[in-house]
Amino acid sequence: MLGKTANGLYWMYRSLERAENTARLIETGQRIALTRLELGESEWRSVLQSAGTLDQFDATHEELTKDAAIDWLLRDRANPSSVLSSIETARQNARLVRTALTHEVWEATNAAYMSARDMLARKVVERDLPNVLGSMRRRSSLVRGMTHGTMLRNDIYDFARLGTFIERADNTARILDVKYYVLLPSASAVGSSLDNVQWESILRSVSARGGFRMEYGAGAGTRDIAHFLILDRRMPRSLAFCVRKLGDNLGYLNKGQMRPGPAQLKAQHIERTYLSHDIDAVFDYGLHEFIQKVLKLLAELSAQIETDFRFYE
Amino acid sequence: MENTPIFDEMWGSDERLRQPYQKFHSWFDGEDLKRLRAKQREAEELFRLTGITFNVYGRAEAEERLIPFDIIPRIISEREWSRVTRGIEQRVRAINAFLHDIYHRQEIIKAGRIPQEMISRNSAFEPRMIGVSPPGGIYTHIVGIDLVRTGPDDFFVLEDNARTPSGVSYMLENRETMLQMFPELFSQNRVKGVQSYPTDLRRSLAACAPDATGGRPVVAVLTPGIYNSAYYEHAFLADQMGVELVEGHDLRVVDGRVAMRTTRGYTPIDVLYRRVDDEFLDPLNFNPESQLGVPGIMDVYRAGGITIANAPGTGIADDKAIYSYMPEIVEFYTGERPLLQNVPTWRCSESDQLAYVLDNLEELVVKEVHGSGGYGMLIGPTATKKDIATFRRKLKARPGNYIAQPTLNLSSVPIFARQGLTPRHVDLRPFVLVSPEGIKVTDGGLTRVALKKGSLVVNSSQGGGTKDTWVVED
Repeated sequence: MLGKTANGLYWMYRSLERAENTARLIETGQRIALTRLELGESEWRSVLQSAGTLDQFDATHEELTKDAAIDWLLRDRANPSSVLSSIETARQNARLVRTALTHEVWEATNAAYMSARDMLARKVVERDLPNVLGSMRRRSSLVRGMTHGTMLRNDIYDFARLGTFIERADNTARILDVKYYVLLPSASAVGSSLDNVQWESILRSVSARGGFRMEYGAGAGTRDIAHFLILDRRMPRSLAFCVRKLGDNLGYLNKGQMRPGPAQLKAQHIERTYLSHDIDAVFDYGLHEFIQKVLKLLAELSAQIETDFRFYE
Repeated sequence: MENTPIFDEMWGSDERLRQPYQKFHSWFDGEDLKRLRAKQREAEELFRLTGITFNVYGRAEAEERLIPFDIIPRIISEREWSRVTRGIEQRVRAINAFLHDIYHRQEIIKAGRIPQEMISRNSAFEPRMIGVSPPGGIYTHIVGIDLVRTGPDDFFVLEDNARTPSGVSYMLENRETMLQMFPELFSQNRVKGVQSYPTDLRRSLAACAPDATGGRPVVAVLTPGIYNSAYYEHAFLADQMGVELVEGHDLRVVDGRVAMRTTRGYTPIDVLYRRVDDEFLDPLNFNPESQLGVPGIMDVYRAGGITIANAPGTGIADDKAIYSYMPEIVEFYTGERPLLQNVPTWRCSESDQLAYVLDNLEELVVKEVHGSGGYGMLIGPTATKKDIATFRRKLKARPGNYIAQPTLNLSSVPIFARQGLTPRHVDLRPFVLVSPEGIKVTDGGLTRVALKKGSLVVNSSQGGGTKDTWVVED
């Protein structure tokens, strides 16, 4: 496969995952804002932070309002991570790697783009927001479904998966980075309703409220949430799950080689050193420091993948 | 030629339904216009979803547009078609022989059939090709011969496209769309298939692999990139052939071969189907500013390390000034009378011909020698006084840059309009594959249609549309 094609696949699926994650963050923010009016602005601030775009937002806006935050996250082309920008980037990359995609995957991607372009052509009024966000997430799910159902399990698929899981791990880590303080033991001791809202916000941001309640029961606390999002391999958005998938797919790509490649070694290192202990070890290390460390390692892993597989010259 | 009635391919010149359209006609009679209108919209949706768009040059934003598609097929009988294909084969054989001769012994000039300066002063002549023999002796692997029709058996060649003819993806997608929307029409008519084109193309290209090839030839398509107006087609063809789509920056010369950067290192390419113009192919040998090409590819080519399809320098054969010599060229190399007619052409470089053209601008079509896409052209009968005055100045300033032709009464075929069928002018671009194994003309081709009433300009960049083209068994 061409290095350029691997690059295009990687970014196509990173962008699709990002579009979906950003849509989910907006949904969560809107939900909290509607049910906890007193939290409005601070919640949007942390949503922008989780989306990794707070600084850019502040640089281009006078004040932070709900409407401005939603518009920025949803459809502002100046924000490269907005839902619209991400879907456009995904589709642009899909055009670039058109020959590596099945007809079904290409059409689903193109349809997602056409629908986003139409629905997000104008400011979305609040009444339409749930429909628009739902539609965006369904469109990206359709691409994922077509990918699962029609693509050969070869290196094309592996690069698609690498893009997906790097972005997903990064997204989960950023959510934790922004909200880590509500998961600290000192916070859980307070047990105020505020904390519960924050927990709910975290779980909604990763579409895992129901799953968590089912697995951990009513008495669960902050430690359990941290465990769930960081170490639980059953949870498809946890760091441990995503990093193992990255290791697996890098392993498939290296099959037939004498020894694992540098990126594969990096993924194995992250998993063994940081994601194979119990949650107490994480808290002993320092939750915030831990998350910062993992974010840094993920960025290094991404750069290593680009080098290993000759994405650029 | 100007005063004969227009020949309609469905109704002839005398309003009598022609044989190839009989089954279609009775089908159409039983159809509900409302359903067909819905089908027309459905076709548009299909095209949008598939992303069959082209980028419009000269626009600030890389805008993607659809080429309008008309759901009424253009139908040609097998008997009519076989005459056309024999003519095309003859012409393509002559073009290849001409190219070989021009870059080797130049017998045709020595025989006095073409003036020396037509070649030596022509910017499409490529001196770096002198003495080079491309693998298999093939210069033009892919050719598009633009035809127009003025009567039941009167086909004229309007233009030979011997560089990088485009449009074949529309031919294939048009057929795909028709099969999906009107399966019953294909049960009623025995339409000859076009869908093997990508397989044929790959086989044809592989058959032209250079001696340096080890094992199964590696074929790739070279595109200028995602912003090129025909990018969709480049991706489509690479996909359909199952080969890599590469850009200049994916390639470099490694150990005397042109190789592509893969995730596991550099892999040599044997046959490059390039959709990049000569000028941009190699910054070391041609335009040093080019970002689209591969430095040193011409040296590899001349050493026999890669096949470039089509060969560099083929433009000398489809140049509009050379076009006027095509009847001589066909006779000279095949020893036969040309089976397809040329449109009479005045060469403005010759003073008596220029004088005639200047006196008759209102009735003539004037074209730039190196123009394409319907740009830079004057259609006398529909032009304004101002346009004609502008062209008069241009012609006097640079006569050698222009040719002129009579305005042909292009045939019409029905298109689907709100109130039913209505005639519009068309041309036809059949696609031809050439390899040492032979010449293959795809049955049908791309019909381009001028959607504006009375218009003769069919180019997609000027508001033309396309149609599915059927060759039906008799």
